[in-house]
Amino acid sequence: MNLYHYAAPATFYHLAGRWIPWFAWGAALLAGIGLYISFFVAPTDFQQGEAYRIIFIHVPTAWMSMFIYLVMAFWCAIGLAFNTRLSFLMARALAPTGALFCFLALWTGALWGKPMWGAWWVWDARLTSQLILLFLYVGIMALWAAIDDPKRGDRAGALLILVGAVNVPIIYFSVTWWNTLHQGSSINLTKAPSMATIMLVGMLVMAVAAWLYTIAVAFVRVRGLILERERHTDWAQAALKEA
Amino acid sequence: MWRFLMTVIRRDLLLAARRKGDWLTSQFFFVMVVSMFPLGIGADPEQLRRVAGGVLWVAALLASLLSLQRLYADDHRDGSLEQMLLSPQPALILALGKAIAHWLIFGLPLLVIAPLLGLQFALPPDAIGTLVISLAIGTPVLSLLGGVGAALTLGLRGGGTLLTLLILPLYVPALIFGAGAVDGVLAGMGAEAQLSLLGAFMGLCLLLAPWVTGAALRVSVD
Repeated sequence: MNLYHYAAPATFYHLAGRWIPWFAWGAALLAGIGLYISFFVAPTDFQQGEAYRIIFIHVPTAWMSMFIYLVMAFWCAIGLAFNTRLSFLMARALAPTGALFCFLALWTGALWGKPMWGAWWVWDARLTSQLILLFLYVGIMALWAAIDDPKRGDRAGALLILVGAVNVPIIYFSVTWWNTLHQGSSINLTKAPSMATIMLVGMLVMAVAAWLYTIAVAFVRVRGLILERERHTDWAQAALKEA
Repeated sequence: MWRFLMTVIRRDLLLAARRKGDWLTSQFFFVMVVSMFPLGIGADPEQLRRVAGGVLWVAALLASLLSLQRLYADDHRDGSLEQMLLSPQPALILALGKAIAHWLIFGLPLLVIAPLLGLQFALPPDAIGTLVISLAIGTPVLSLLGGVGAALTLGLRGGGTLLTLLILPLYVPALIFGAGAVDGVLAGMGAEAQLSLLGAFMGLCLLLAPWVTGAALRVSVD
């Protein structure tokens, strides 16, 4: 299989169109199974009661929010190195989903924190670095929104994402440091109690569902972006008439 | 290459000397933001001492963002930036020279003002010393990383606000280590660890930021 063949926007547009239903239905199916496991199969936690069930949403969203940033950084590096137009479009298509997951992780974290810690928000290292990650997403999308020239926007956004990718581990490290300096280790998130297997299964199913959802949504968005960029070409006109 | 670097620095210093109002603005902004805090949170010396490191550092971040908007904008508007990029010298050197000049104009005066503000915030002498050292190591980070943002937002509408959105999250490590050093001295733990980490971060920025800034300038001016 020649990968460069699919790097052409015209080919990828049709390929993505064929794949979207598979990913979308897969995501819906797995989310259904995952939610069933989380609410009906998984036992009540003896320490945290029913409130722990939020982790089935919380953990996959937090994972995805970080993972999507890495994928964006990967596509940006590829785009800058090989000058492939599609790579930048992938990064653009992924960013809103990443920001959404980031927000959901913070939101569900707050919902979980209220019954567990007695506060909606604590300046814990993980929460704080997640918040800063959300700021990074917002900054990148604001930069894209402000630049009208698509080529300049692609490259400027890519540079910012890569700078952020280098900085993210440093931010996480410094926030952890700051956290231990400013407050005692009254809350310890890292020491997770051993989890029942069925809980882990539920979480992993939800994580895969989040993956498939991300791919499906990113493909829908990237198709839109491709059409927008290629609107002057014949194939794009033909594809628009079909649709 | 060395001569090009010195020329860029000298040119920016000369421009700043001819237009004193421009760079003094961000220094006064720094003083004013810091002075607002006692009015807002109360003048209890104990409380002021506790927040001094953080307040001064946050004010320094904001002041740097204010001055960074102008870093490349004027040269871009009159076309000299394009000429400098067209010269055979690497854009990296241009970005480095600009960052050094910005630090000399923005960071150095800050080091002189900060001890006075530290006195207003009832900081003991050793904490004031640490504050100045932390600013001395940390403000180059602000100039270097801020240069990336200034180059990326060159000529965009709402450039100033956008610059803040882009760069403020990236400043977080400098803020934490810088303000942490002052807090460390106040808590009697010493500041060596934070200052070392801040120095390491500054080294990393010195290595990477001019390079990224150069690339960003090429993207923006193209």
